[in-house]
Amino acid sequence: MQTTLVSDPSAPLCVDREGVERWRERRAGFTASDPSRQVTPLLQASSAIRRQVLHTIKAAGLGHIGGDFSVTDILVTLFEVVLRIDPAQPRWPDRDRFILSKGHCAAALYSTLAACGFFSPDRLAHFVADLSPLNGHPNRRKIPGVETNTGPLGHGLPVAVGCATAAQITRKDWRTFVVLGDGELQEGSNWEAAMCAAHRHLGSLTAVVDRNRLQQGASTADTNELEPLADKWRAFGWDVLTVDGHSHAELIQALSTPHPAQPRVVIANTIKGKGASFMENGVEWHHKVPSDAQFEIALKELAQ
Amino acid sequence: MSNEENTVVGTAVTTFDCRQAFVEELIALARKDDRIVAVCNDSVGSSNLGAFKKEFPDRLINVGIAEQNMVGVAAGLANGGLLPFVCAASPFLTGRSLEQIKADVAYSNFPVALCGMSPGMAYGELGPTHHSIEDLAWIRAIGSLAAIVPADPAETRAVLRWFVGAESPAFIRVSRYKVPAVMPEDHAFELGRSVTLREGSDVTIMAIGTMVSRALDAAALLADQGISARVINTSSVKPLDADAVLRAARETGAIVTVEEAIIYGGLGGAVAELVVQHHPVPMRIMGVPDFAPTGSTTFLFKHFGLTAEGIAQQARSLLDTRKEK
Repeated sequence: MQTTLVSDPSAPLCVDREGVERWRERRAGFTASDPSRQVTPLLQASSAIRRQVLHTIKAAGLGHIGGDFSVTDILVTLFEVVLRIDPAQPRWPDRDRFILSKGHCAAALYSTLAACGFFSPDRLAHFVADLSPLNGHPNRRKIPGVETNTGPLGHGLPVAVGCATAAQITRKDWRTFVVLGDGELQEGSNWEAAMCAAHRHLGSLTAVVDRNRLQQGASTADTNELEPLADKWRAFGWDVLTVDGHSHAELIQALSTPHPAQPRVVIANTIKGKGASFMENGVEWHHKVPSDAQFEIALKELAQ
Repeated sequence: MSNEENTVVGTAVTTFDCRQAFVEELIALARKDDRIVAVCNDSVGSSNLGAFKKEFPDRLINVGIAEQNMVGVAAGLANGGLLPFVCAASPFLTGRSLEQIKADVAYSNFPVALCGMSPGMAYGELGPTHHSIEDLAWIRAIGSLAAIVPADPAETRAVLRWFVGAESPAFIRVSRYKVPAVMPEDHAFELGRSVTLREGSDVTIMAIGTMVSRALDAAALLADQGISARVINTSSVKPLDADAVLRAARETGAIVTVEEAIIYGGLGGAVAELVVQHHPVPMRIMGVPDFAPTGSTTFLFKHFGLTAEGIAQQARSLLDTRKEK
């Protein structure tokens, strides 16, 4: 997944046919095999995404690597196994909708989209380059596979509620998934949307909270306590599951089958900086860029 | 939904609450187009959506008193292939959910109609918290988001018909304060296109919404005094009809703008930005200078000189100033 500069940074992104074919083959394998045999290839896929994120952020000189690493296994599980999508047709009307509400973790999303063939991984070399479509936060007008523009926090869940409501009104069976940061839950708009989703019995809606317990400046507990988090969601009328957010098997189980009548939230306990020992649970890795030496250490650890 | 009102020119005219035309047209469009849904914030009554709810109960999404969620939901509905008309009191729609309007609707470019009901000082006595005089300035500052202020029921209907084919978002102000009909019944709205309602050569009055009929009455008063005033309904505040504005500057040499909005960043600001860079002429920007005192809408219009006499007086004074120079 080493990136090489192949084109003008401002060039539009287009589908990577070979990448889509490789994704389809992997997807067919996951569908055919029993869950226990899916774990190893998913672990490898996650490591590959983290290595790509590391390269991308190191080259760009900016990014949110801690949150990228905490959310990676969630993104890999969704895009490799769960989401009903066709990367060759990003606006296919019956696709499942995926929204990354914590839009600052764009490098992880872009790396995952590229691994599915939405565009060539080569283009990740243009992450945040001048005039690049790969902005520091996702832009649906320029990036295939992005459903709505995120960046300001507390925006993804209301839009996801709208997507799920559209499926409900038009009686379509596609599902809506949204990944929320835990610190982001301090935004009140999430709770407006949470009430609305339960009131409308949006069973097709699944939210995943990337519960890494750290926000930009400190822990969530020291900033504005979120606990008891599961009870809060339950009180708002949601079906609540708590999983290890780095266990692909647990994520698959929680994400594959929706609750018939209630929106579901999966509280995914994660580690900020997961995969690079010196980053794990370190608040400073919210948006720090690794030094050359740190880059080499992380690359080595992620190769394992 | 009409009443009789004596205008300054002395004739009784019928006036209309544009919300009635709004809901009638929305229902007519929804009958033909399954994509159309209405989204509101506990505002079925204030947005006059009762008849829509009765006919399309499943296509009215009332999110309760939660404006940020309301606008985000609308963006999601558009993502899902629907055509949402968000109907909410303009102060709360624009003020409370401005970032959702910016990021989820405008920057994401979802075709969402942001219908600001009862804008300006329609809620006169309820005070500045419920006035929406800032909405045009806020919306104008967001990317290429369109800002439209229909002048009467016919134009309100025309704007809704236009929006169905627009494929991009728009902010539409829907007047509650009763206004006379000033546009032809079969008017076809075009974004970026103004309508000259009265020709004139001495001064141009550019007005929007509730102020258009008052501008026409002002022109009649000015005609009695030998002043020929052009009146332009500038309903497409953004994008502005640059040709009509610059033609007015060249041909009449003086422009008065009139709006039921704060005097910063609305129609007056838009016209001034254009005129000062391309054909500077003397201008007067009429509107509301600050938070309004307590009073009915009719009182507040008089208080701020937003009447036919007030507009005519400003036009005369502008021409006098020009002569002195």
